[in-house]
Amino acid sequence: MSLLSLKDVRVQFNTSGGIVRAVNGVSLDLAVGETLGLVGESGCGKSTLGKAIMKLVPAAGGQILVEGVDIAPLSGEQLTDMRRKVQMIFQDPYGSLNPRSTVGRSVAQPLVLAGWKPDAIAERVETLLRWVGLPSDARQRYPHEFSGGQRQRIGIARALALSPKLIICDEPVSALDVSVRAQVINLLEDLKGQFGVSYLFISHDLSVVEHIADRVAVMYLGMLFEVGGRDQIWKSPQHPYTRALLAAAPIANPKLARARQRTVLQGELPSPLNPPPGCPFNSRCPMAQERCRAEKPVLRPLGNGAQAACHFV
Amino acid sequence: MKPLPLEVRDLRTTLFTRRGEMKAVDGLSLTVGPGETVAIVGESGCGKSLSALSIMRLLPDPPARIVGGQVKLNGRDIVPLPEETMLGIRGKEIGMIFQDPISSLNPVATVEKQIVEVLMTHTELGRGQARVRAHELLELVGMPDAARRLDAYPHQLSGGMCQRVVIAMAIACSPSVLIADEPTTALDVTVQAQVLALLKKLQADAGMAMIFITHDLGVVAETADRVVVMYAGRKVEEASVDDLFDNPLHPYTVGLIGATPTPGAERAERLADIPGMVPPLNALPQGCAFAPRCKRVMDRCLAERPALTAPGPGRLVACFAAEGS
Repeated sequence: MSLLSLKDVRVQFNTSGGIVRAVNGVSLDLAVGETLGLVGESGCGKSTLGKAIMKLVPAAGGQILVEGVDIAPLSGEQLTDMRRKVQMIFQDPYGSLNPRSTVGRSVAQPLVLAGWKPDAIAERVETLLRWVGLPSDARQRYPHEFSGGQRQRIGIARALALSPKLIICDEPVSALDVSVRAQVINLLEDLKGQFGVSYLFISHDLSVVEHIADRVAVMYLGMLFEVGGRDQIWKSPQHPYTRALLAAAPIANPKLARARQRTVLQGELPSPLNPPPGCPFNSRCPMAQERCRAEKPVLRPLGNGAQAACHFV
Repeated sequence: MKPLPLEVRDLRTTLFTRRGEMKAVDGLSLTVGPGETVAIVGESGCGKSLSALSIMRLLPDPPARIVGGQVKLNGRDIVPLPEETMLGIRGKEIGMIFQDPISSLNPVATVEKQIVEVLMTHTELGRGQARVRAHELLELVGMPDAARRLDAYPHQLSGGMCQRVVIAMAIACSPSVLIADEPTTALDVTVQAQVLALLKKLQADAGMAMIFITHDLGVVAETADRVVVMYAGRKVEEASVDDLFDNPLHPYTVGLIGATPTPGAERAERLADIPGMVPPLNALPQGCAFAPRCKRVMDRCLAERPALTAPGPGRLVACFAAEGS
């Protein structure tokens, strides 16, 4: 059984300009102990999908199963139970901590809600702060006394409090400086080795995803274009969008950067209010043909364990 | 001999705050030749943006003030020039592109009006000619559907399109120096690739000197000819882009490169991180500012601040450990 199973998940927002189909039929499985990278450009729906899994935004269709249990009908006790298993860390460690709560209280919050006893909470908070590499006097201090990287560690400690099975990491290192970013990535990997937690790692940064993910899903305007193992995606990307995305990602090696062929993708993401008919990528795709403008491709297996949604792959 | 487009000598910018004086830019020297791209890299707080603002004389004063050094633009030191003279230089001899394209544009003026204004301020063109030129510039920067976009307001355009407008304005008067401060940081990766390609092409066509400020070593590898690495307000290393990535000398540069995952390379078990973080400018350590985070720290580093030395042709490094090895 998959830890997380998404079946044709849809999320839509009603705006004054019309309906935005932010997540438009996503099916995906995440195994126990796996790190699944979810990549795409802004507006592709990757964060919305993460929030839908946490039930922070309602799904308009499809099913989200956590350990085989559909989360849609859950409420009260059962929902709390589910949230124990699935936790989230956010991009902005400044905005996701209560500035008027001490770090100790913020980290203890999930434990309090879960009905832990004060003694047990104090001990647990101590342990959590040690795990994420914060000094033990951190608990009496306030978020503003910490740097961005340390605040992200606080968020990670809070997410770990109830020993979740899955942590949804929504751009967790995008706001951090290079050296601190590496510290947080290493911490996430250490914690995975230690506790066997799985990650859904949402990011626009391909080099970070390549480093951390076992499998990668590529998203564009609400749908998945390609899903595959890390090496398959990087060594033989199948979907033209995946190829364009990889070609566009800067490589921190001047010789490799000069050697590679760069076909720069033209145009920008179309408005999600008014996506092109057929394949949403047809307005920018170098391979687009008549069929792409008429018929929306579906994600189908390629035989090597990978999947792609393109008529011509 | 024709003077270099940009020559910065021992530039010093200090922030005068209630908490004391902070040396935000501490003796920076660099030169940029025609058609050359020099990248300034470093993490937040290392002084790269303040260096750019100092060079353009756009510092918020107070608290920031240039307290020493020269900025020679085509041979003329612009540091002592009055603001009125600078108004005629910025946009004409030196162009600027900032990180956030939307806030660099006037939200209540059309694209055409903003480009025309630049042209009419700095050139002899009349309004009619300026409008024709504005259209040409938008075509030149690859604005899709350029004719129609002339009448658009910034909020009607995407981030990538706004950055194209900003670039069109920056190059409108064919400046000899272009300063780009994190110009693609706010953009998506496919749009970033478009803008980088555009900047390179415009630069090659016009032989502009470019200073490219970024925290992203990937972008450095793609765009720079030469690289200046800054830490805590000072230049700690300078080298050609190949030398820097092949054989980084300063432990901070080594750390930055190790901390950046490189797709296509063998997967490292762990990224090489640099412990700690950039120190605040008002709490710089005694000796080398990097010493508390440095793997190769020696007694001498804690007492004495290393000066820049030249370990090889075209290379500079400020590190006792790198000197010794």
